[in-house]
Amino acid sequence: MTPTSAAPKVEGEDLAARVQTGTHFMLGDHACAEGALAAGLDFFAGYPITPSTEICERLAHRLPEVGGKFVQMEDELASMAAIIGASVAGARSLTATSGPGFSLMMENVGLAAIMEAPCVIVDVMRASPSTGLPTAVGQADVLQARWGSHGDYGIVAYAPSSPQECFDLAIQALNTADQYRIPTFIMMDEIIGHMTERVVIPPAEDIPFVPRKTPSEPPGEGTFLPFKPDEDLVPPMAHAGQGYRVHFTGLTHDEQGYPRLTAAAHEKLVNRLVDKVRLNAEKIVMYEEYLLDDAETIVISFGCTARSARHAVTLARQEGIKAGLLRLITLWPFPETRIRALLDTGRVKEFVVPEINLGQVRREVERLTQLPVKRVNNPGGAMITPDLIIEVMER
Amino acid sequence: MAPSETVATSEHQIRIGGFGGQGIVLAGMLLGKAASLYDGKEAVFTQSYGPEARGGASNVDVVISDSTIGYPLVTKPDVLVVLFQEAYTRFRPSLKEGGTLIIEEDLVHVEEDGFKYWPIPATRMAEEVGRRIVTNVVVLGYLVGKTGVVSREAAEQAIETTVKEKTIKLNLSAFAAGFERAEQDDLA
Repeated sequence: MTPTSAAPKVEGEDLAARVQTGTHFMLGDHACAEGALAAGLDFFAGYPITPSTEICERLAHRLPEVGGKFVQMEDELASMAAIIGASVAGARSLTATSGPGFSLMMENVGLAAIMEAPCVIVDVMRASPSTGLPTAVGQADVLQARWGSHGDYGIVAYAPSSPQECFDLAIQALNTADQYRIPTFIMMDEIIGHMTERVVIPPAEDIPFVPRKTPSEPPGEGTFLPFKPDEDLVPPMAHAGQGYRVHFTGLTHDEQGYPRLTAAAHEKLVNRLVDKVRLNAEKIVMYEEYLLDDAETIVISFGCTARSARHAVTLARQEGIKAGLLRLITLWPFPETRIRALLDTGRVKEFVVPEINLGQVRREVERLTQLPVKRVNNPGGAMITPDLIIEVMER
Repeated sequence: MAPSETVATSEHQIRIGGFGGQGIVLAGMLLGKAASLYDGKEAVFTQSYGPEARGGASNVDVVISDSTIGYPLVTKPDVLVVLFQEAYTRFRPSLKEGGTLIIEEDLVHVEEDGFKYWPIPATRMAEEVGRRIVTNVVVLGYLVGKTGVVSREAAEQAIETTVKEKTIKLNLSAFAAGFERAEQDDLA
């Protein structure tokens, strides 16, 4: 691994090895790993945990084939620390875990945020809290992804609904992390991670690649300020070994990167960490609409539950219920603008929010409206069926 | 606005129950792959996941549909294949009325209740083909011949693109043995 840029460093045959172009019948976890490889993943550090283990396994086998590094760590605290280290050395880096490991990673998620070290954390959600039901589905880490580490900071979180989307969003997540210099999450769930479905992998030249911004001045001038943002609030990134003088710390720091322990410096830094995502939310947010144009009942869902929700909406339409689906592809940022626009039409009568937790996304919807927000929940262990969603719609 | 989808008119839910070592994971994978990649259908493959999937009883599920698959899990199979007694006891009640039940006749005892089922000595047939290890593909051949949930050509393509090259011939023979027995059973 050369500490230069995060661009894919391999060409020709190696590139063919990285991108397995073709049509596959592939496991969701494997599709996530293949998406990361296609996007130029250089480094993985992790500790295997059900139901994310197949991501580890695949990358342990595949990363060394394409010149990347795979490290099995002693635990998840170290895994998170390792991908931050690799990131500031210039590597595209990623880890994968599930709830118990996700909790252990939270301290260093905050470190990645304040260091502005781009990295991707995959959480394949299982029934929680604690060890919970290790082999069964959950979707209860939604708020933890947003608020899990202490303090205010901006992140982006994606929620794939199929193995194809595991592949696509792994690419998207690595690009977003580099573009905004933030920790970025892929919030899968056990059902999506452990289901096998068709996955189409495009030719290598069609894989989108968004590089990190690099300093405009050459190293050695002594003028480069590693935390001085451009207009988009994101500072260009110099990597260890490139010859720039850089200093990284978890303490509040100035544009030089040196500790500056004042309220004024803190306000400037933390506002920027939040604003670089907040002010770009409309560019980052992703969702899919299904039969929303004339909908009076709006179902909002994500991940495996959105598959049931889509089926339920189709059935509801046949019964004459004017239902539509807003499927969240980004959990964070939350599509507030779109929901407000739907409310402004005056047509919406109610929301229905099916999710495998006790109301984490529902809380976000309730924040935006006085209309009824019906819940369809279980705390984990089983999928929510289309029948149950329709039953709640009819209530 | 995207048109409303129709709820699939021809959706199949297939469950294969067996014990560790019988190769049911590969059988389910081949079935899903055949449908999804070579028959132009939608297919989702899942397997039971838990401590029991290591050496003990396990099952694999495949949903095959002409349109987008929402809910991806099997709840009421219309095709059930059981390769040992515990799988029969556990899954027989879930089989859809009028569904197809296929059993490994040397390993499963059926309580006769008038329900039509299809017995097949899959393990012995695999031994006759050459190796016991292809029992799963004999079963796949029989399932495909009996139900037509995927085409023979698609299943054979899935075999050719999945198993190790030196075992393709053996696996295709195993598939043919199962498939042809299903054809004979239909004539009988």
